[in-house]
Amino acid sequence: MVYRLSELQLFSKLSSVTGNLGRNPPKNQKKAMKLIIKNLKAGTGGQEILKGVNLQIRPGEIHVLMGPNGSGKSTLAQVIAGHPSYKVDGGQLTVDGKDIGKLTPDKRARVGIFLGFQHPVEVPGVSVFNMLRRAKQAIGSSTTSRVLPRKALPPSQSVSGLTEIPSSAVPPSASPAKGHNLSRFRQELLEYASSLKLGEDFLRRSLNEGFSGGEKKRNEILQMMALAPKLVILDEIDSGLDIDGLKVVASAIEQFIAHSPQSSVILITHYARILKYLKPDFVHVMVDGKIVKSGKMNLAKKIEERGYNAWQTV
Amino acid sequence: MANGVVVPNEYQYGFSKPENYVFKSRKGLDRSVVEQISSMKSESEWMRGFRLRALEIFFGKKMPVWGADLSTINFDDIYYYIKPTDSQKKSWSDLPKEIKDTYDAIGIPEAEKKFLAGVTAQYESESVYHSFQKQWEDKGVIFLDMDSGLRQYPDLVKQYFGRAIPPADNKFASLNSAVWSGGSFVYVPPGVSVDIPLQAYFRINAANMGQFERTLIIVDEGAYVHYVEGCTAPVYTTDSLHAAVVEIFVKKGARCRYTTIQNWSANVYNLVTKRAFVEEEGTMEWVDGNIGSKITMKYPSCYLVGRGARGEVLSLALAGSGQHQDAGGKLMFLAPDTSGEIISKSVSHSGGQTSYRGLVKVIKNAERVKCNVRCDALILDELSRSDTYPTMQVAEDNVRIGHEASVSRIDAEQLFYLMSRGLSEIEATSLIVNGFIEPIVKELPLEYAVELNRLIQLNMEGAVG
Repeated sequence: MVYRLSELQLFSKLSSVTGNLGRNPPKNQKKAMKLIIKNLKAGTGGQEILKGVNLQIRPGEIHVLMGPNGSGKSTLAQVIAGHPSYKVDGGQLTVDGKDIGKLTPDKRARVGIFLGFQHPVEVPGVSVFNMLRRAKQAIGSSTTSRVLPRKALPPSQSVSGLTEIPSSAVPPSASPAKGHNLSRFRQELLEYASSLKLGEDFLRRSLNEGFSGGEKKRNEILQMMALAPKLVILDEIDSGLDIDGLKVVASAIEQFIAHSPQSSVILITHYARILKYLKPDFVHVMVDGKIVKSGKMNLAKKIEERGYNAWQTV
Repeated sequence: MANGVVVPNEYQYGFSKPENYVFKSRKGLDRSVVEQISSMKSESEWMRGFRLRALEIFFGKKMPVWGADLSTINFDDIYYYIKPTDSQKKSWSDLPKEIKDTYDAIGIPEAEKKFLAGVTAQYESESVYHSFQKQWEDKGVIFLDMDSGLRQYPDLVKQYFGRAIPPADNKFASLNSAVWSGGSFVYVPPGVSVDIPLQAYFRINAANMGQFERTLIIVDEGAYVHYVEGCTAPVYTTDSLHAAVVEIFVKKGARCRYTTIQNWSANVYNLVTKRAFVEEEGTMEWVDGNIGSKITMKYPSCYLVGRGARGEVLSLALAGSGQHQDAGGKLMFLAPDTSGEIISKSVSHSGGQTSYRGLVKVIKNAERVKCNVRCDALILDELSRSDTYPTMQVAEDNVRIGHEASVSRIDAEQLFYLMSRGLSEIEATSLIVNGFIEPIVKELPLEYAVELNRLIQLNMEGAVG
């Protein structure tokens, strides 16, 4: 996929404008969440993978989690999101002081946790729009959290022939939260999709089915923007993206952060390249199921130069 | 009238035909009951003879044992002829609570509810139907109930009646041939395209939804029609046996689509024979959705008799507790360059059972036949089951035939993915199920698709957690 540079430049200008606007969110917006992970031990099939993880994520912080393959980064992400295949053997996961360790994944999502999957799952026959519509209803976010500035879309885009069930057909029990307008939601999604350089027909496609690697990753970001979570975990969002894709995704994350300054982000990555675009507050190194080193941006640079050998030999 | 009771017509809504009256034959079946039905309808000697011959065949045939378990059907405990207006005697309060609740949950309008429940024999869309009927008549389209069709167009009916499905085809076809009542008669003249679906729903008249309805559709050369039967809302009936016959003739270059959504109440044996003869370059499409009934056995078929004819069967089955949906389709390739496809999607849950049963037959010299069969089953829990019985009889070498089958369970990773977006287990499961059957649902008229999606969510609420 090739984008003209002018578009990208325009886009980044646009984002810097929204970034400024976004720093002053309405005061009543409760977007803050504090996650504390205390001595977390977890595994699957009798094998211990997390061997005592300690981590604190305060509102608005950006954390980067790095580490060699098999160190437990993805497991940590899945355990935070509540994957039923992992058994928690010890320690604690708390959000604002409440233990979330027993909550099912949907309840954690309703608390405000969002996991951007390393390998997004295909769900045939379920359109991106339909899933997000239901997810938005389920999460029941009453405040529309616009990540992008409102701009007029050409009429052809606003009535892009989404073959979805009309809102009038939705039974009362499943109808959107009061004041949440379905067509406005659709409009928002179209804007997010367009900011991610995803085509107009993207919302109509079956969830992840036949998506390219890059489309899958951008779809995760689209979902993040739509659901406006308080804690975002992005598991190798940068893998499988070419340089243009990486810029688009990084720019979207940047805007999300700028617009939702109280939301926090855990970025799991192998490479420092995405850190050209996103400036983390903390960098952690995970090896063999534990966080062995925490630091600032310069730690990521060190890793890029020397790898993980210093900690692996331990 | 020794065996029946005749009471005056009390039909008060003004749409009934003058000869309507309430009548019920006695239980059980013999020659006199069939003769009585025929004389009640003032039929010609031809139809009376047809019925009586069919009855002899019915008595001579054994119960089929190759499919679902039919051993509990008691032919002596069934009323074979009930004048439709009799159903008005039912009252709303007699209905089982779960049926009423389902109507409410899927948002069926009050007037329709009463019709569906058999409380009234028609509902207010009758006026809508009349305006359509005018348009159809102007084009020469005939759309009548079968009894009226036989009376008004005896020669046309005689030419086709029982020709696609002769009484000897199977035990339930012979039963239907002997005691049939109601159903639709449709004729579309050459080159006429009926642009809105003909819905049995519109011409509401309980006769259409009788136990032994008989439908005959003739689509003349180059014409097109879409006929829609049934509805997604559960149809409540106290009758335990539904044995319909549907015969369709698709002439040269014509196209017919026949959409069924059946949601009979859980006491019904639904044993239906559906067959289309397709001539040169004609196309027949069956869209067949089975949601209700206790046992369904139904395999819509296409006899592709003309060069270049095409047949499609899209089959959808949903089986919950106590249900067995034995469905599928048959494609008979009887001419060169014919093509066809069977796509079957079945979902079983809460101890339900689905079976795919299909036949693909290619005769010698039917060269260059192309056929594709795909059947996918989704099983939601350990109590439920699904079986596949595909049969292929191919006597010609120069053909291309593909068959794919899959059986799956709800994927734990899909469930986790959707739940991580905030959907409850029930919501996520019904979304996955809806996605699984989407290739068929997208072929349904929109209002059916909407109701079906809601119905699945309801079913999942019973199935999960």
